[in-house]
Amino acid sequence: MTVPGVEALRTSLYDRHLALGGQMVEFSGWMMPLQYTSMRDEHTAVRERVGLFDVSHMGEFRLSGPGAEQALDRVVSNRISDLAIGQARYNVVCDGGGGIIDDCLAYRDASDQFTIVVNAGPRLRDLEHFRQVVGGGCEIEDLTLETALIAVQGPRSLDLLRPMADFAIDDVGYYHFHPGRLNGLEVGFSRTGYTGEDGFELFLPWGEAAAVWDRLLEAGRPLGILPCGLGARDTLRLEASMRLSGQDIDESTNPLEAGLGWAVKLDKGDFVGRDALVTVKQEGPRRAFIGLELEGRAIGRHGYAINDRGRQVGEVTSGTFSFTLGRAVAMGYVETASRDSENLTVEVRDSMVPARPRPLPFYKRQRS
Amino acid sequence: MDLSTYRFSQTHEWVADEGGTARVGISDYAQSQLGDVIYVELPKVGTEVTAGGKFGVVESVKAASDLYSPVGGKVVETNPALSDHPELLNSDPYGEGWMLRLEPAGAAPDTLVDEAGYATFTEGL
Repeated sequence: MTVPGVEALRTSLYDRHLALGGQMVEFSGWMMPLQYTSMRDEHTAVRERVGLFDVSHMGEFRLSGPGAEQALDRVVSNRISDLAIGQARYNVVCDGGGGIIDDCLAYRDASDQFTIVVNAGPRLRDLEHFRQVVGGGCEIEDLTLETALIAVQGPRSLDLLRPMADFAIDDVGYYHFHPGRLNGLEVGFSRTGYTGEDGFELFLPWGEAAAVWDRLLEAGRPLGILPCGLGARDTLRLEASMRLSGQDIDESTNPLEAGLGWAVKLDKGDFVGRDALVTVKQEGPRRAFIGLELEGRAIGRHGYAINDRGRQVGEVTSGTFSFTLGRAVAMGYVETASRDSENLTVEVRDSMVPARPRPLPFYKRQRS
Repeated sequence: MDLSTYRFSQTHEWVADEGGTARVGISDYAQSQLGDVIYVELPKVGTEVTAGGKFGVVESVKAASDLYSPVGGKVVETNPALSDHPELLNSDPYGEGWMLRLEPAGAAPDTLVDEAGYATFTEGL
């Protein structure tokens, strides 16, 4: 949504997107490429080869100071105290009622310094919330507008980055981070992503992103690299059943019903939302977040009703056509009793499309 | 491709006179705006469609869009290839990606434009 009179932000790769023929759209206050050529081709490039994404719209906060660890542990749902230096962990940020403000990745850069990567849409709300909860417990800086983020995703990611990196990049473990150099430039290498494939997210200074982007595209040409837009990013993350903040999870949902209980550590000490989540756990979640495979090719989209024997029991939060599976898939919430029902339908334009519950994720890569 | 017999609507469908019957599809501009088409919902043979009336839905990953017939008439054939290969709409919107064959009823609306007129129209979008 655009706030009248406020212009959408541009990443430092904006001109590159235009030059590559990117179809620019506004997303969470940023002008971002939806696609360059074809969502299907971009999607396939990531599943089979390697793709390049500008994700500089994501927000980065730095928490630092002797109280940073304890302060962060009070804001987020997952455990921070045993996070090793150079390790990253998925977290949910809840409000006092256990509702989801956002999800994020927390990195420990040093014993008393953390980087938090949050979503573009709720960034300012996150920042306000972090500041309020942390109080004077540690320093908080918003580094979003000086930090570019480029995601290199796909099975050939290592082959692309290995010759350019100045360290043994293969040794960086999944959900780990290594500060290094790429063709002489200081770059943070994070073995993370939002596609379900192997890959890295590269943290770099705003002004250097374009040069790195160019080099990656150039070096990736023999590997069949494609620049990829938000469209492919969405179909890829959906196949991997990664939740989209603001769409699959928001303040009206809690992490337990969203299937994110693995990222909630109720025994770690107090954090915002804990009491409410303890109650949810005791009573059992009222809703379940499920995957659905739809009959035919029509897409069940965000907000479409999910019915069980004709009665509405929930709503789709994300749906697409899975290019990898060759069929329409959706995720959403249903009343707990209907989670395994064989009589579910999704209401697509006045017709009831049969939908079969299917374990998430829809797609899981073969690990080598 | 020779599009001299094609006429375009402002809702981005085309109609081509084939001597007695009329073939209907969507424009190249429309398919490029939709992106990868994954599903097309077409009427049954025998259905009467009206000029400017809705006759189906085309769905891409990006969005679902209604289809409007440029001319009125009775559907005598639908493209059987589209159910398994909706991507034909992207690769060949004026040929293999056709949607309907109609037995036209009544005159074509005078709002339809030729290729050059349509190009001018889309440039202004």
